[in-house]
Amino acid sequence: MKQFASFIRKEFYHIFRDIRTMLIMLVMPIILIILFGYAITTEIKSVPFAVLDRSRDEVTTRLTDRIGASEYFNLYKLLDSEEEAQDLFRQGKVRLVVVFPPQYASSPDAAIQLLADATDPNEATQLTGYATAIITAAKTDAIVQTMPIGIIPVVHLLYNPLMKGAYNFVPGVMGLILILICAMMTSVGIVREKEMGTMEILLVSPMKPVYIILAKAVPYLLLSMVNITTILLLSYFLLEVPIMGSLFSLVMVTVLYIIVSLCLGLLISTVADTQQAAMLISGMALMLPVMLLSGMMFPIENMPKLLQWLSNIVPAKWYIIAVKDIMIKGLSITSVLKETGILILMAFVLIAISVKRFKIRL
Amino acid sequence: MNNVSIQHISKKYASIEALQDISLEIQPGELFGLIGPDGAGKTTLFRILTTLLLADSGSASVCGLDVVKDLREIRKRVGYMPGRFSLYQDLTVEENLQFFATVFNTTIEKNYDLVRDIYVQIEPFKHRRAGKLSGGMKQKLALSCALIHRPDVLFLDEPTTGVDPVSRVEFWDMLDRLKKQGITILVSTPYMDEASRCDRIALMRAGKCLSVDTPENIRRSFTRSLWAVQGAQMYPLLNVLRNYPEIYSCYAFGDAHHLTFRHQNVSDNEINALQEYLKTNGYTGVELRKIEPSVEDCFMAL
Repeated sequence: MKQFASFIRKEFYHIFRDIRTMLIMLVMPIILIILFGYAITTEIKSVPFAVLDRSRDEVTTRLTDRIGASEYFNLYKLLDSEEEAQDLFRQGKVRLVVVFPPQYASSPDAAIQLLADATDPNEATQLTGYATAIITAAKTDAIVQTMPIGIIPVVHLLYNPLMKGAYNFVPGVMGLILILICAMMTSVGIVREKEMGTMEILLVSPMKPVYIILAKAVPYLLLSMVNITTILLLSYFLLEVPIMGSLFSLVMVTVLYIIVSLCLGLLISTVADTQQAAMLISGMALMLPVMLLSGMMFPIENMPKLLQWLSNIVPAKWYIIAVKDIMIKGLSITSVLKETGILILMAFVLIAISVKRFKIRL
Repeated sequence: MNNVSIQHISKKYASIEALQDISLEIQPGELFGLIGPDGAGKTTLFRILTTLLLADSGSASVCGLDVVKDLREIRKRVGYMPGRFSLYQDLTVEENLQFFATVFNTTIEKNYDLVRDIYVQIEPFKHRRAGKLSGGMKQKLALSCALIHRPDVLFLDEPTTGVDPVSRVEFWDMLDRLKKQGITILVSTPYMDEASRCDRIALMRAGKCLSVDTPENIRRSFTRSLWAVQGAQMYPLLNVLRNYPEIYSCYAFGDAHHLTFRHQNVSDNEINALQEYLKTNGYTGVELRKIEPSVEDCFMAL
């Protein structure tokens, strides 16, 4: 036990004395959360748009004001000709142009033309969608004013009424950061001992290999708890993502996921012989599947069958599902039993393979 | 019984025969040297004895324990200092020693008397990171760490490589003191001049053990008379000497060439004839003197 404690203390010395490790451990999560929160967002906000109004009557002016007043669009300019619209698109000054036909007020069924910059097709679809929604709403209001009875659909969005992207990416980023830090740091830590030759001395000592491995993982488990705290604080206060379910369940599932990630790191360390190799394997073999196959960025249901099947072995997928259920939907731990079960199984399989693969000789 | 016994050990890496049928017996309390250049197989032999590698064939035992079967027990009882500096560079001198003491289930205080002589020399720097120590101090720290658990057998793989001459002498003085404590010491070195500090030595080359004996007996086995030659333009002189028909061997040794003649007993006439030969080839003022053979001369002759 004393051996073990001394080993863990030594491991903390390594971490605290290496500025790069400290940066990756403690600063990277904060940067990633802020980056995903503000810079890399798929939400539409304050997009400049222009209006080519051939009617110039009361109705079109009111519609223009209404679009411009929404948080999605800012009116850039009122145009006089189609050529002007072309120029603005080419210069990148606007990303949407609304064209009203002549005498719009007298023929309310006439079509309104929406021109969007489709170099980014997803964004163009979203822009025209938002603009259509605003125009339809305005029209509905106008009809309600003239007709006393009508059928008005009421849309109610469950769990994320404001459709905030943060609700989706906070669980995703947690899944990404934890696996990257835990797996990369433990594997690099163990491989560094091999590379520096210190493993040679550790092997020729009474310390059991299984303790060497575990002692490597414990410090990163503790530091990951710090990370979880900062991520949750940032997402709660800065990105305003609520924690609907129990915090305890959330922490339990997260600790389980951290353990799976650490085991993955141990496994990588038994394969890699150099720190670069360990870094590359954890970078390539973990980051890409987590980003692409966890459902964090792309919905798994839309993927080919093979990829859907592959996504089942990505631990992050199960973790993200569980976190979304607990954090956003406010479900209890009993509703994520399948996910936690799978994660526990993965942890056992990984630790068994790593202990078996750990070389007691050079 | 802290003896080491090696029987017919062979080890192959891909196509290279690192060790070929090595057999050695090292007595308890002996300071035994493995002498040979890089690639002789010294490190491989150490790794087999410290249970880090498996031999392809043959068997070995340390303290009467088999290196394959009794791996756990051997790892408790030996001290190992690898050839490359293998301590934690980002830990201080004191932290390193503390760490290795706990890993071996002991404390610095308990075995301080054993490492004191060595440790006092680096104690003034105990708060310095190990990576920032000089070569000699690094080796002293590594030796302290290998000794802290009072091992029965100590394996030192090239402990003096890359260390300045003064520190090297100090290091060997320390080994002498450790030997008096009854610790069996196996040490390897590429420096032939260090061989005389060992009780017995094994001369190794290309995975083979060429000769095992005390340094004194090995020197005595050199039966030819040996001459040192010094003069200007040493390099061309070597070739001229080698072309002289009466010369048996001629090797460059630092500041002089060492040569032997075909005959066992060399007369003054032959020496004069050689002087004449050198003169006709344009080498004047060449000094020739009879010397005692060193271990290196024996190694070259093997």
